[in-house]
Amino acid sequence: MSVEITESSVAAALAGALEAIAAATDSASLKAARSAHLGDASALAALNAALKDVPNDQKAAAGKLVGQARAQANQAYAAAEERIVTAEQNAQLENERVDVTAAPSRWRKGARHPLMLLQEAFCDAFVGMGWEIAEGPELESEWFNFDALNFDEDHPARAMQDTFFVEPADSHLVLRTHTSPVQIRAMLEREVPIYVLAPGRVYRTDELDATHTPVFTQIEGLAIDKGLTMAHLRGTLEHAARLMFGEGAKIRLRPNYFPFTEPSAELDVWHPTFVGGARWIEWGGCGMVNANVLRSAGIDPEVYSGFAFGMGVERTLMFRNQVADMHDMVEGDVRFSQQFGMVV
Amino acid sequence: MRVPLSWLGEYVDLEPGTTPEQVHAALVKVGFEEEALHGFDVTGPVVVGQVLEFTPEEQSNGKTINWCQVQVGDGDVRGIVCGASNFEVGDKVVVTLPGAVLPGNFEITPRKTYGHTSDGMMASFKELGLGDDHSGIIRLNTLGLPDSALEIGADAISLLGLDDSAVEINVTPDRGYAFSIRGVAREYGHSTGVAFRDPAAHLPATGGAHVASEFRTEFKVTFDDKAPIRGRVGASVFATRVVTGVDATRPTPPWMVARLRLAGIRPISLAVDITNYVMLELGQPIHGYDLDKLSGGLVVRRAKAGEKLVTLDGVERSLNAEDLLITDGSGPIGLAGVMGGASTEISSATTNVLVEAANFDPVSIARTARRHKLPSEASKRFERGVDPAVAEVAAGRVVQLLVDLAGGTAADHGSLFGGASALSAIDLPADFVSDLIGYDYTPEQVRTTLAEIGGTVVETPAGFSVTPPSWRPDLTDKWTLAEEVARIFGYDVIPARLPVAPPGRGYTVAQVVRRRVSDALAAAGLTETLSYPFFDEATNNLFGSPAGADVPQVRLANALDASQGWLRTSLLPGLLQTAARNRARGLTSPAIFELGRVFLPEAGRNYGHEMFPGAVRPSDAQLAAVAAGIPAQPRHIAAVLLGESVERQPGLKASEFDYSHALEVAQQISLAAGVEVEVRQGSHASFHPGRCAELVVDAHGTPRVIGYAGEILPAVAESFNLPLRVAAIELNLDAVTALAGEPTEAQPVYTMPAATQDLSLVVKSDVPADAVLAAVVAGAGDLLEDARLIDIYEGQGVTGGHRSLTFALRFRAPDRTLTQAEATEAKQAGVAAAAAAFGATIRD
Repeated sequence: MSVEITESSVAAALAGALEAIAAATDSASLKAARSAHLGDASALAALNAALKDVPNDQKAAAGKLVGQARAQANQAYAAAEERIVTAEQNAQLENERVDVTAAPSRWRKGARHPLMLLQEAFCDAFVGMGWEIAEGPELESEWFNFDALNFDEDHPARAMQDTFFVEPADSHLVLRTHTSPVQIRAMLEREVPIYVLAPGRVYRTDELDATHTPVFTQIEGLAIDKGLTMAHLRGTLEHAARLMFGEGAKIRLRPNYFPFTEPSAELDVWHPTFVGGARWIEWGGCGMVNANVLRSAGIDPEVYSGFAFGMGVERTLMFRNQVADMHDMVEGDVRFSQQFGMVV
Repeated sequence: MRVPLSWLGEYVDLEPGTTPEQVHAALVKVGFEEEALHGFDVTGPVVVGQVLEFTPEEQSNGKTINWCQVQVGDGDVRGIVCGASNFEVGDKVVVTLPGAVLPGNFEITPRKTYGHTSDGMMASFKELGLGDDHSGIIRLNTLGLPDSALEIGADAISLLGLDDSAVEINVTPDRGYAFSIRGVAREYGHSTGVAFRDPAAHLPATGGAHVASEFRTEFKVTFDDKAPIRGRVGASVFATRVVTGVDATRPTPPWMVARLRLAGIRPISLAVDITNYVMLELGQPIHGYDLDKLSGGLVVRRAKAGEKLVTLDGVERSLNAEDLLITDGSGPIGLAGVMGGASTEISSATTNVLVEAANFDPVSIARTARRHKLPSEASKRFERGVDPAVAEVAAGRVVQLLVDLAGGTAADHGSLFGGASALSAIDLPADFVSDLIGYDYTPEQVRTTLAEIGGTVVETPAGFSVTPPSWRPDLTDKWTLAEEVARIFGYDVIPARLPVAPPGRGYTVAQVVRRRVSDALAAAGLTETLSYPFFDEATNNLFGSPAGADVPQVRLANALDASQGWLRTSLLPGLLQTAARNRARGLTSPAIFELGRVFLPEAGRNYGHEMFPGAVRPSDAQLAAVAAGIPAQPRHIAAVLLGESVERQPGLKASEFDYSHALEVAQQISLAAGVEVEVRQGSHASFHPGRCAELVVDAHGTPRVIGYAGEILPAVAESFNLPLRVAAIELNLDAVTALAGEPTEAQPVYTMPAATQDLSLVVKSDVPADAVLAAVVAGAGDLLEDARLIDIYEGQGVTGGHRSLTFALRFRAPDRTLTQAEATEAKQAGVAAAAAAFGATIRD
C-alpha cells in the first residue's frame, strides 16, 4: 500500500530520521539509524517510491517536498558520520598513546675512534686547500726512515729515535719511527709542485704509560715548490691551528733541531679554549726541508724549496678533547669511542 | 745540560735579580727547550758558628752525644746537641738555626732531646744537599776558605753557594758546544744582546802564571790509527800536561761542590772534581791519570782482537777492533773519549797527575759508547762534537786549578798532538737567507749576525763567504747559516703567508672508500677500536691461513715484550682481546671493528735490502730492490660481535649475535665500497665448520677470496676468554678498494604495474639457497624484476633430506601491464631452470 505524500507525513519521516541520526553515538548505531531511516525500507524511501503515483500536476511540488527532506536527512547523516568517525579515530589514537621516552631500539649506537676522526678532520682541512693525502708502509726500509731523511748512521739523532728493528738485522727494515719517510716516497712518486699530508701509525720503543705509547699516530705535511719560504710554513700552520682550535688560535715557532729540516722549529699552538685557560701548548715540529732530503729524492735544492711539519695526533686529542690518559686511546674500551660517536 | 746561574754570570752580565725563569725564556728563544729548575731548597737562618766548648755525654742507648756551646753571633751562644764527634773546640761550623728549612722540607726548631734543648743544628754536607757525606758535620775551617769568609754569624747559605740555582735545558744533537757553560753563556748573549766573555779566550793555554809559557820537555804520545772509521782518524787533537806534588786528599772547595751538584755531577775527590768542573766550564772532556801508575808514554790506537780492559766502573770489557784506545806499556788503559781504565785511576794517594784533553772523532766515540752501552758525560760531548780549539786551553785550566786548589806544581812537560783545522768556508748568496726565510734581512744584518755567532764573514761579489767558528762543525752549508740568522734574529719576525697549492685531485678512491666503510659500520652500530699489532707466533697463526697452517711472520729484533715480538697477520686476535677486555669491564655485548694494516710476508722469500747512502737519489734498480724487500702489509677490516645484538627492552625480546650479523657487516662494507662481495659457503680452521662463509670479489673476471665471515670456532673463542658464540669477519679492504670507483651504469626504472607471485621449490638440503635463486632468476628472464628468499621449510610434506625454499617473485614488463598468465609463464621457466640444475620440484 502506497503512502500518501503530505507535508505532515514527510515531516514525520524526516523528524524520525533526524532524531535517530542525532541519537547515534557510534558507528554501529549510526549504521542502524541509516538502515532504518535512509535505507530501502525506510519511511523516506517509501515516500520517494510513492512519487510515481502522484498526479502529474502535483509531481513537482511533491517531488520537491520529498527531495528536500531526503537531502536534509542525508546531510544530517554525513555530518553525524564525520563526527562519529573522527571521534572514534581520536579514541583509537588516544588508545595507542605510548611513552616515547621508553621506546625500544633495534639499532645499536656505533662510534668511530676519535684518533681516526681527528686524522680525517685534519685531512679535510688540507684537502680543502688543494693538498693531497700521501701514504706509505708502516714496516719501512731503514733508508726511507733514516738515511734519506739526513739521519747519518752514526748521528745521535738516529739512536734517539728508539727504533723497532726487524729480524734479521741486515734486512734494514724497521717499523717507521715517524711519518717522514712518506715525504721521500711522495717526492719520488710525484711531480713537483707537491703539497701532501701523510697521516698514519708510527712506532717507538716506549712503554705504555699515561703519556706514551709504543704505537701512535702522526700527521706529516710536506710542500715542495719554487719559492716556498718559512713564512709559508707559518701561514700554513696558522691556518691549520685555526681550523683545529678555533679562530682565536695562533702559533709560535721556536728554534730546534731535526735532521730533515733546516732551519728547524718547534711548533707551539695557542689553544684559546683550553680547559683551565688559554695557553701555549707544544704541538709538533717543523722546518724547511733539508737540502739533503731533497737530494735523496732527486729534487734540486737550488731550484726548489719546501717545508714540512708533523704533529702527534694522540697529543692533539689529549689537549684538544681533554683526554687525560693514553690508556683510553689504546685499550679499545667501547665507552671511550662512544663518547665521540661520529664527531670528534 | 744544567747551568748554575752564578757560573753563567761569570761570562755574561746577568741583571741583578734575574730569575731562572727569565734565563729559561732567553734560552728557549735561541733553541734550547726548558727541562727543569734545580736548587738546594735551603732557606735561612743558616750561619757560620764557632764551637766554644762541648761535653761528651754517654746515653743509656750506648750512644755518645756532644752538648755543645756554639757562638753564632755577637754575644749569641746557642746550646746544641750534636751526634757527630768529628770536630774540635774552635772549629767553624754551619749552624742551622730555628726557622731554617733544609732539603726535604725539614724545618729546624728548638727541640728537647737527650735532656737538653737543642737550639739549632750543626749540619753535614748531606743535610744541606751538598753531598753524600754524613760521617760528620762540616768543618768550614778545613775547606781551604779564607778566614775572612768565616766570620761568626755570617750567612752560610751564600758562603756555600746554596743560594745558587740552575736551569736545565735540552741541548739538541747538533749543538755539542752547548754542553758547556761557555756555550750556553754565548747563546744567552745571542738571545739577550748582553756581551759574552769567552772563558777560553782569556785563559792562557798553558795554565797561566803557574807554568812556563813553553814546554821544555815532551811527554811521549804516539798516535797510530791503522783503521780509521769512514775515513776519519780517531783523534785530531791530543794534549797532555803534568802536574806534580798534588795533594789529592784536600777537600773540594764548597763553591765548586755546589756548582757540580747543581750541574748534576756527583763530587768525588778534588782532582776528579776539577776535571769535571773544567768539562762543564769549557765542554772539553778531561781525563786525569795517576802519572806514577803509567809505564812509558801513551799510544793512541785501535783495539786488537781479544784485548780486554777493566773500566773505571769495574767492568771488564772485551774490546772491538773499532774501539779507540789509550794504551801504555801495560796495554789498554782507557776507552778513548768514553771511559778511563781502573788501573791508572786517580786516587787520594795520587801525587803526580797527567792531564789529557783530546778531540776524538764523533763517529768512533758514538760507536764505542753504543757498543759497550756506556753513555758517559764524555762520550755524550764527543758524539755531538767538541770544539777542537779548546783542548789545549782546557788542559791548561785543569793545571791551573790543580795548582791553585790542590797545591800542585805545573811541570814543564806535556805534549800537543794535532790541532784544530779550520772549517770549510761557505758561500752565502746575498739574498739567500731572506729568500728562504721569507723575511727581508738586510745584508748588514746577515753579516753581523753570522759574525756574532763567531763566524768569519768576508764579502764576495755574490754575497758572503762565511767560515764557521771551530765549535760549530754543524754549520756546513748555506741552509745552516740561514737558520743561524733566523734563530738569532728570532723566529717571531717571520710573517705568515698561506701558499696556494695547485688544484688537487682530492681524496683517492681508496681513501674515500675506507672512510665510507668505517662510517657505515659505525652507523650500523659497531664501535671502532684500535689495537697494537704485536702478538706471539701461535696467536698470529690462528687466522693466518684458512687451512690452519703456520704462516710466515715478521719478527721484531727488539720487541718490548719478547713473547709478543711478531707483527700481526690478522686483525681478529686484537679484536678478540679487545672484546674480552670490554666484557671484563662489564660491557657484555661488544660489537667492534678495526681497520688497519697486517703484515704478510710470503713463504720462501728473503726480505730486506742493501743499504745505500742518503743525499743522493737512489737508482731505479735500488728503489725496486727496496720495494721488493718490504713484505706486503695490506689494510684489512675486521669486526667481532658477541652477546646481545638487540638488548631486552619494553616490547622487545633480546636476540643474540650470530654468523648472520657478520655477513651483514660484509654487506655494509660491500655497499659502502660499491663493490659486490659474494658470500659462499666456506671453511676456515679457526671458524665454526658449519657457520663460515668465504667472501669473494670479482677481480676483473677472476674470483678472489678476500676474507671470511661467520662464527669463531668455540675452542678458539674460549682461548680468548669469550663465550662460545662469537660472530666475526675479516677481509682484505685493499682488495676491495682496488675494485672500487667504477661508475654505476643506471637501468631505467619501469613504472607499469607489477605482478607478484610466491614460489616454493623442493631441493636437496645441501643445495645452497642462493644457487637455487640464481637458477630461478636466470630461467625466468627479463620479466622477473626482483626475487627474494622468504622461507625455508623442512618436515612434514617434504621428502627427507630435502627442504622447501620459498621465494617471493616480482614481475614487471617495461611497456605494458603484465597479465598473471605472463608472470606464471616466466615463473615456470625459472622452475624449469632450477629443476634442470638441482632437480628442484614445485611444492604443492
